[in-house]
Amino acid sequence: MSLVFYLIAALTVAGGLAAMLLKNTVHCALALTVAFAGLALLYLDLDAQFTGFAQILVYVGAVAILVVFAILLTKGSETPKDGVFSKTWLAGLAVAAAVFAVFAWSILQSVSRLPQAAKVPAVTVQQIGVALIGRYVLPLEIVAVLLTVALIGAVIVAMHEKEGGAQ
Amino acid sequence: MIETCDQIFVLLLHWLESFLPASWQSVAGTVLCAATIVCLFPALFALAVWLERKGLGRMQNRFGPNRVGPFGLLQPIADGIKSLTKEDIVPFSADAALHFLAPVVLVVTVFMGFAVLPMGRNMVLVEMDAGLLFYFAMGASTELAVFMAGWSSRNKYSLLGAMRAIAQMISYEVVLLLSSVVVVMITGSLSLTKIVEAQNHYTWGFPHWYILTPWGLAGFVMYAIAATAETNRSPFDLPEGESELVAGYHTEYSGFKFALFFLGEYVAMFSISGLGTTLFLGGWSAPFSFLTWIPSWIWFFSKLMLSIFVFIWLRGTLPRLRQDQLMNFAWKFVLPMCLLNLFVAGLWRFMGDGWLRWVVCSAILLLAYASIALGEQRRKHVGPRSYRYAE
Repeated sequence: MSLVFYLIAALTVAGGLAAMLLKNTVHCALALTVAFAGLALLYLDLDAQFTGFAQILVYVGAVAILVVFAILLTKGSETPKDGVFSKTWLAGLAVAAAVFAVFAWSILQSVSRLPQAAKVPAVTVQQIGVALIGRYVLPLEIVAVLLTVALIGAVIVAMHEKEGGAQ
Repeated sequence: MIETCDQIFVLLLHWLESFLPASWQSVAGTVLCAATIVCLFPALFALAVWLERKGLGRMQNRFGPNRVGPFGLLQPIADGIKSLTKEDIVPFSADAALHFLAPVVLVVTVFMGFAVLPMGRNMVLVEMDAGLLFYFAMGASTELAVFMAGWSSRNKYSLLGAMRAIAQMISYEVVLLLSSVVVVMITGSLSLTKIVEAQNHYTWGFPHWYILTPWGLAGFVMYAIAATAETNRSPFDLPEGESELVAGYHTEYSGFKFALFFLGEYVAMFSISGLGTTLFLGGWSAPFSFLTWIPSWIWFFSKLMLSIFVFIWLRGTLPRLRQDQLMNFAWKFVLPMCLLNLFVAGLWRFMGDGWLRWVVCSAILLLAYASIALGEQRRKHVGPRSYRYAE
């Protein structure tokens, strides 16, 4: 745990907190982007170049843009008058704490179970590609089909509305 | 002597590093390289602005800047001083923090791309295994800066401009990535240094540049289209269409912040030209084997400036597209051709050496181009031009 890790972790947590606490929805979306970028930096800190850059490309470059587009197109960018906190925040807090506890417990367990690998394996992009096309080809293809279905579904939803309007 | 000229900047760096204690050397070297990049490209930006104004002037039968210095060469300095001394106006209802951050984020992400571009033999700031991916990750982040600028200004023209810019950048980013993937497929690496090295061979004095293959030529043309759109240059400059949107997403920026946007646009042009040069035009390698004695960095920057000239030329030649034409062009023409090009590149890889693959690959691409283009044209019923005059 170096100083770099603590700095990046602080940035990521601050981004996440800001995304939750800020009043303006667009500010929240941009704060969420900071959290995404922080996660990417954490990957890079772990020498996982491919994952880090893919995280930036997908989350900062595409997901964040999608989120702000959605906010602007649904007129959600105005700050609500009755506060941004949900009435069931207590239950939400309990659920979040439970999930966090399960994750933390499993991570702490895994540290003692796994053999302490002293050497970090150097994984090149080529190895990741070979693994994706070789051993993990079935999950990859399933994800591809899922995304295609989602894409076609989105197009159909958008088309249906337009036809209804024309009639 | 030739070797020294070629490596002069690398040697200079090592000489400067030798004054420092060993533990500082790598850090100081990186800082020095980064500082060089941050100084060099704004200087080139000044030159490119002068070139653009002079070149456009020439194409439009006027002089261009000709008052400050010989041939107006000092005009960029005058412009710089002007933008520094102008009042920085922030609109009353603007989101002050985001309004300030947008140009900063834009310029920072644009400059990051240069970190992986090999500007000469052994002249690359960070040698990365996933260099191309890093470049595209940084390129994708600029869209957010554009959104921040447009939204925080609280101006309908700014927001419209930002929306147009983002829609355009996302559409053409798909094309940009897919047209570059063919190079990765053939080279088998995402490292830009390796991509240049793979092109730095000669047969009968001619280089093995990827643009000199059927799939490479098709890829380069599509890359150039996408790059023009990605940098919001004419004919894809709808986001800042002056006649409709005042100045697009930077309408509400003045003084030095506007200058930063201007700088960002030009530096993005340099960086995307640099990437195109690296991917398709052989990076720093010489165009003929008997010219290899000329230092590699001269070749890189010559190709860069040539690309900038083509950008200027296009701006002086082509009219602006309409929004629907822009989107149709990206999704219905360029994207299918890109996907086909992926297939052709695979075919090229597995057909082995010989003349047959040249014929087959060229034929597939030409046939596809002809059928899509002719089909489009027939569908649109483009007849002879007719004119209507005011009474």
